[in-house]
Amino acid sequence: MNTETRELPMTLEPRANYLNDGHSIRSWLLTTDHKRIGLLYMVSITLFFFVGGAAAAMMRLELLRPQGGLVTSALYNKLFTMHGVIMVWFFLIPSIPTVLGNFLVPLMIGARDVAFPRLNLVSWYLFIAGGASALWAIIAGGVDTGWTFYTPYSSTYANGHVLAMAAGIFIAGFGSIATGLNFIVTIHKMRAPGLTWFRLPLFIWTIYTTSLILVLATPVLAITLTLMALERLFGVGIFNPAMGGDPLLFQHLFWFYSHPAVYIMILPSMGVVSELIPCFSRKSIFGYNFIAYATISIGVFGFLVWGHHMFVSSQSVYAGMIFSILSFLVSIPSAIKVFNWTATLYKGSITFQTPMLYAFGFIGLFTIGGLTGLFLAALAVDVHLHDTYFVIAHFHYIMVGGAVMGYLGGLHFWWPKITGRLYCEWLAKLAAVTIFAGFNLTFFPQFILGFMGMPRRYPVYAPEFQVLNVLSTAGASILAIGYLLPLAYLLWSLRYGKPAGANPWKATGLEWKTSSPPPRDNFANAPVVTEEPYNYDAQAAELSLEENSHA
Amino acid sequence: MNREPATNRFLFTAGALLGLLALTVGAAYVNLGPFNTIAALTISAAKTVLILVFFMEIRERSPVIWVALATGFFFFGIMFALAMSDFLTRGWK
Repeated sequence: MNTETRELPMTLEPRANYLNDGHSIRSWLLTTDHKRIGLLYMVSITLFFFVGGAAAAMMRLELLRPQGGLVTSALYNKLFTMHGVIMVWFFLIPSIPTVLGNFLVPLMIGARDVAFPRLNLVSWYLFIAGGASALWAIIAGGVDTGWTFYTPYSSTYANGHVLAMAAGIFIAGFGSIATGLNFIVTIHKMRAPGLTWFRLPLFIWTIYTTSLILVLATPVLAITLTLMALERLFGVGIFNPAMGGDPLLFQHLFWFYSHPAVYIMILPSMGVVSELIPCFSRKSIFGYNFIAYATISIGVFGFLVWGHHMFVSSQSVYAGMIFSILSFLVSIPSAIKVFNWTATLYKGSITFQTPMLYAFGFIGLFTIGGLTGLFLAALAVDVHLHDTYFVIAHFHYIMVGGAVMGYLGGLHFWWPKITGRLYCEWLAKLAAVTIFAGFNLTFFPQFILGFMGMPRRYPVYAPEFQVLNVLSTAGASILAIGYLLPLAYLLWSLRYGKPAGANPWKATGLEWKTSSPPPRDNFANAPVVTEEPYNYDAQAAELSLEENSHA
Repeated sequence: MNREPATNRFLFTAGALLGLLALTVGAAYVNLGPFNTIAALTISAAKTVLILVFFMEIRERSPVIWVALATGFFFFGIMFALAMSDFLTRGWK
């Protein structure tokens, strides 16, 4: 597709849109507009991303030398806890659902807003309150339990600000539940006429499934952290074996939430990729129904596999076998998706705009992450690999290679819609390639390190691991530059970017039928849907007719 | 659907829940052997019924709400069943 050949007006039309609908701070902080709330989340999670990233940078610098020396062991423990907590709960989990989901769900289904706009704003305040509590815990001295808060260490022995950190996660969790509830009701009740379930964009299917997981799983995390706090505060024996508790019970409850949470992070990214691949292949998506059903089944299977985190935690071997089999099964719907995306590319008119580069990155990295997950789901292999850098590499391929790539791809795809401006395409491509290269250099050596036996969460290591660690730190530096680049050129585009027009990618979908940036109520006229999603064949015919008539 | 204010009913239910909470705590201090767990679970079930019937007024709600409720119980069942697959088959207990 060629966006440069069409003449673009050099100034934005002075028409009313959600961005110029009030300029005061109050108009932003008290907004109930889903698009503005999406932007509030975008700014907040970007800040958290760089806080979490700073902790990772410190860790990678510490690991340059086998004997370390940059930070103390105690501080290193706090750094990986801070990195994990911030990245999981204050960046990855909210990333696509709250930023792109908030902005796009009503637009994609032809609604004026979400079902409960004020609850939507309350969700953001809960997120911010939770984030503030977590940041306070870090500033006041930190927490060294790891992001998993395993008991009885967290409930009995840890000295840090465990309760403030847990309270932050607890409060932000309520924001997640409210957001999930909001999306479920919105998608059920507010679809435009003609927009049946199987005409929904696949992004909506993934946000719907993610919302179900948020509503069903997050309360379990809340109660788990509450029980941990009760044991820590009042000595109620729940998890501490010295008081008659069962430490594995904590792990069961924690992972009952935290494994589905992996799907909270990855499913929306899969939704983004399902939008990008057809658009930049100019083809209808292959196997729409299969992808939609695969989305739901990943959501359900995601609840059945948590015990694979506990193979060597003295969980019963019989339970281990059940969880191992179930973990293998979850790869089936994931593979269905990858095959369908690949089949969509077949004979497509593929172009390599920035969002598509991220989509390609996603498919490759997610596949590596998924396949190495099968290694870890095998009981015997996991005995060797558990708690090594192999695990770190595996889940970063899923969460960064998958979830973050999807988020960045989506951000670049919908940025013209969100802001009405185009970013600098060559810089964006450079950033996408830099991130891909930096990511692989950071995390691929960690597979080898883990396989060789280097354990996670240690600030020092055996000298024979140094070369691979240096490579990994070098990769992290490149990755950091890759992440800073979009921050710079996207901000630049806000002021100097060319006006985007309503549909710069010539994409299908209701969000592209309204102006960029959209008006306060999204659509000038309520849309009616009469065709299947991703109808790029019909669109190509229409465009060619238009061109012929102009000629 | 009965839309009259039901303040007294809610207050009574809240009182009953607090009473059952006190009973839970009290029962924990009496050594009943294996029946401690049974007593605690029975009291919890009674609390659940009170919430469902009086707070959520589940009997008067539409089938969609029942489906949502059943989904919650179904996922709770998954958590319970698979966690028990560990607890009941541990070789090291």
